[in-house]
Amino acid sequence: MKNSVNKKAEHANQIALLIIKAMVGVVVLILMALLGYILITGIPNVSWHFLTSPSKDFGAGGGIVNELFNSVYILIITLVISCPLALGAGIYLAEFAKPSFLTNTMRTTIEVLSSLPSIVIGLFGYLVLVIKFQFDFSIISGAFALMFVNIPLLTRNTEESLKAVSHSQREAGWALGLSKWRTILKIILPAAVPGLVTGIILSAGRIFGEAAALIFTAGQSTPVISYANWNPFSSTSFLNPMRPTETLAVHIWKLNTDGITPDATQISSGASAVLIIVILSIILLSRFLGNYLYKKMSGTK
Amino acid sequence: MTTNETVITTKDVRLYYGEHEALHGINLDFQKSQITALIGPSGCGKSTYLRCLNRMNDLIHDVTITGSFKIDGHDIYRPQQDVVSLRKKVGMVFQQPNPFPFSVYDNVAYGLRVQGIKDKKIISQKVEESLKQAAVWDEVKDDLTKNALSFSGGQQQRICIARLLAVKPDVILLDEPTSALDPISSAKIEEMLLQIKDQYTIIIVTHSMQQASRISDKTAFMLNGDLVEYGDTKKIFLNPEQEATSDYLNGKFG
Repeated sequence: MKNSVNKKAEHANQIALLIIKAMVGVVVLILMALLGYILITGIPNVSWHFLTSPSKDFGAGGGIVNELFNSVYILIITLVISCPLALGAGIYLAEFAKPSFLTNTMRTTIEVLSSLPSIVIGLFGYLVLVIKFQFDFSIISGAFALMFVNIPLLTRNTEESLKAVSHSQREAGWALGLSKWRTILKIILPAAVPGLVTGIILSAGRIFGEAAALIFTAGQSTPVISYANWNPFSSTSFLNPMRPTETLAVHIWKLNTDGITPDATQISSGASAVLIIVILSIILLSRFLGNYLYKKMSGTK
Repeated sequence: MTTNETVITTKDVRLYYGEHEALHGINLDFQKSQITALIGPSGCGKSTYLRCLNRMNDLIHDVTITGSFKIDGHDIYRPQQDVVSLRKKVGMVFQQPNPFPFSVYDNVAYGLRVQGIKDKKIISQKVEESLKQAAVWDEVKDDLTKNALSFSGGQQQRICIARLLAVKPDVILLDEPTSALDPISSAKIEEMLLQIKDQYTIIIVTHSMQQASRISDKTAFMLNGDLVEYGDTKKIFLNPEQEATSDYLNGKFG
């Protein structure tokens, strides 16, 4: 009797496991197919020339150097703006906020903001930043729009990383005579660094691939820029934050909607491959760095 | 035994979590160069009482404390009392060893740096001194730059004690410091406490009756937020006045 019950349970176990494995298989297969398609069709179009020459409006043989640089530049500016804000908000939520109507509202707002479609953020950015504040289509407008994409993710990440630091660490700080603020700054934040870094890098991956929020804020074209002009106030400088800019992701979108160069398809697939490779490297970097820092902080290394 | 000066005086200590009274008027005094053990079943309020002495309960939401707490004649709950300087004077060791995720050296040097001591010579001298005092120097001296978390629990706890001793407190509060440790580590900590007790006022919350009887000069038995009996450890263990005390010591409840 007992034996048959055991057998039945074992059967059910095996069937459940099989179904779960099949589901995982389907998911992995879809993702691998997508990734494989992008890489296989894209990589043959990637060459040194492709990576180092500017794009062309007409005629074949354009590259993506400006788009690649723009993506990195706008990413850096976005992180510079959003990291301190998200850090502050995350510290408040994790360490100071008492459960109240206000903090609940804050959390809900952050959740809503994090699930907002990025095209909505883009249009909002267009109305507020481009029109109202007269930033025009510029790197700055784009960076602020991306800030809205980024802040909810980073705030959540900060809050969770800080909360994951054991309460006993806080007590250790207080018992040594450190003020609450000093305990956070000198003990909790350093201990949370692995989680914080992982979160920032992952959000960087998300930003790097963002297109919809940028189309109406950063613009869809890049003026002629010079990489020799280091004066950020000069209109031809590559560093000028007020110039319109086209990022890699926007470039891909543009090529596929109104690209008129004969090799638009090839450039688009090459650019997609580059985009995916960069994002993959960002994710791998965050894994590696997060693990490394965690080991360093937890003394297992 | 010579009579020692009384360092801490507490009178009619009551503590409320919201409306609920958790401590019902505790009167306890503590003397210098003595180890006082607080014993009693879980939830009797001994840890809660202990945490009043360095105002750690201030950090808990919705706690009200009444009564008088005097350390060296000063009311530690007076409005102008600086909590930070109080906690430097009254150090605390916790049940779970909680070294910071830094090197052993940085852990022990931490309190010194917070106090604004910058002279590296003085810091490293004090680090060595404190680690020796905490009886962990021989085990860590070759690995001072190693992360404190990579050591065993017993070593971590003694590193935490060294971190505390480095800032030269007058009073040391220990909240079940050995309950997460193996017997050998516990014995090392007990021995160490006996060695340093002359210079400090030590109060230890413990669940181990053997520990209380081995190391303490005085013992206070608490039950359900009341102080039942307080006196010399020998007297409490051999000849308790209250029935509840003898029942607890004989393992009838707890």
